[in-house]
Amino acid sequence: MTSEVVETSNHRSSVLSNDKRVRLREGSAVLRISESDATPKVANDITETSDPSEETRMILNMGPSHPSTHGVLRLILELEGETVERSKPVIGYLHTGMEKTAETLSYAQGSTNVTRMDYASPLFTELAFSLAVEKLLEIEVPPRATWIRMLMCELNRISSHLLFQATNGMDLGAVSMMIYGWREREEVLRFFEKVTGLRMNHNYIRPGGVAVDLHDGWQADLRNLLEIIPPRLDEYDDLLTGQPLFQKRLQGVGSLNTSEALALSATGPILRSTGYDWDLRKDEPYLAYDQVDFDVIVGTHGDSFDRFAIRLNEVRESLRIVEQILDLMPSGDYRIQDKKITPPPRARIDESMEALIHHFKIFTEGFHVPPGEVYAAVESPRGELGCYLVSDGSPNPYRMHIRGPSFVNLQTLPHLMRGGLIADAVAVISSIDPIMGEVDR
Amino acid sequence: MNIPTVETFGQQVLHPKVEELIDLATELRQEGFNMVVDLTAVDYSSFPTRTDLPENVKPERFEVVISMINHQTRERLRLRVQIQEENPVVPSLFDLYPGTESMEREVFDMFGINFSDHPDLTRILMPEDWVGHPLRKDFSVGQIPVQFKASKAKR
Repeated sequence: MTSEVVETSNHRSSVLSNDKRVRLREGSAVLRISESDATPKVANDITETSDPSEETRMILNMGPSHPSTHGVLRLILELEGETVERSKPVIGYLHTGMEKTAETLSYAQGSTNVTRMDYASPLFTELAFSLAVEKLLEIEVPPRATWIRMLMCELNRISSHLLFQATNGMDLGAVSMMIYGWREREEVLRFFEKVTGLRMNHNYIRPGGVAVDLHDGWQADLRNLLEIIPPRLDEYDDLLTGQPLFQKRLQGVGSLNTSEALALSATGPILRSTGYDWDLRKDEPYLAYDQVDFDVIVGTHGDSFDRFAIRLNEVRESLRIVEQILDLMPSGDYRIQDKKITPPPRARIDESMEALIHHFKIFTEGFHVPPGEVYAAVESPRGELGCYLVSDGSPNPYRMHIRGPSFVNLQTLPHLMRGGLIADAVAVISSIDPIMGEVDR
Repeated sequence: MNIPTVETFGQQVLHPKVEELIDLATELRQEGFNMVVDLTAVDYSSFPTRTDLPENVKPERFEVVISMINHQTRERLRLRVQIQEENPVVPSLFDLYPGTESMEREVFDMFGINFSDHPDLTRILMPEDWVGHPLRKDFSVGQIPVQFKASKAKR
């Protein structure tokens, strides 16, 4: 059943094999017109351009403010009847110049800035930034800090994927799924609130370690989570995975093959849905991912359904990792004991002149980072999240660049939507799971 | 090709000239570097004392940084291309790696570096009619105009 649907939706692409069709300059799925050309024309103009070939094709602007665009994504769609021919994602509506802002903030303040990029999985951006700074400083964080980071990131992956389940359901009209997805995500966010003090934008993972140690009784809270979530995931299976209606909306919609995904630099669930196992946690283990046991989930058809299923099962894998971390969590320091990088404990400031000076220096000037340039990458729920840092030896980064997976993955959108119905466009956008805060930065 | 190569923090960094970029990228693609992970730029105009370039590489104002990955050998590679200030043009990698399309648009938007032979070199993050390139070092961060200014103290 599935393969049949895939073939029909791909009939157009089968003319050009492999990744050649994404390399096309003209005639590709990308509509390369300027934003102003796509603005609606006034009535007089329409009568002037009465070219019969253009009459059947219509340019439609979708967004930027549209319930299914996950924020402020605008799409220029070229329609022939109800079929999407070419399209162009127009972004920048949420651009706040965070990379420029980062140049005026110290390294100590930097994680406050980057955490606001991908607001559905803020800890990953903090982690990439912190790893890059630590590489430049050539320091190694204590094992407990590494494991706490891993624990928090996996929980964040769970909450992010649950958010996807919620919004994906909502976009397809399964509104009850939205409520359930938010409900389970809330359980994870409640744990975050206990640990970091905030539900989102945690500023928890910082260069040198993490902000605070886990609270007393964190094991009990985690066990509670591990008890609540798995049966709810099985409920999702009942509600969505096995549903013929849900399958029909997603299977064969928006498919991509491996060579196209690689050519378009797509990473994360989009690349994995094509049957290509590439996960930085396995392939370039950072933190302590080489010490835990988990599987990389891959798809077969590269369609929206595979991307949905991958994210659902990645939640299960993350729960597996969390369960192992529960037993393996080492004791010790939660941040590096380096007076030049981590601020002293509050009590020390009253007793020690030196501690007071260090505290003052770190919070006014920040710490100096040796000159150099470095790139650090982590596997975020959306793909490879990288941080490129250039330091000139001062307490502020000379240049900070975040390689946002959503930004790059968005390039696949025109190729996924081509030849599909406009109603499926919504399903396709949703299955890419773009977070506009990270796309626009 | 004789490309100056440095190793920083366990990663190979190549310093090709602009003219050599396409040839080098073609060669790397054949070698198995199947994805351009990231493409960005740095404006070095307010960091004249940098010392991390090899001897035979002439520092210029702009630098385009390209991160590549080879999935087979799990190797990463970074290309750092010096771009002169007067005529900032780099050949586009679109034909080799179509995934660079929006990354190059971002660099064009933010730094004003042109990519020759790019299919759609337009602004991507800033509005179409924006003047200037925000991530250049001489582009001011800006201030919010304030209604009230501190009055001259009489004391």
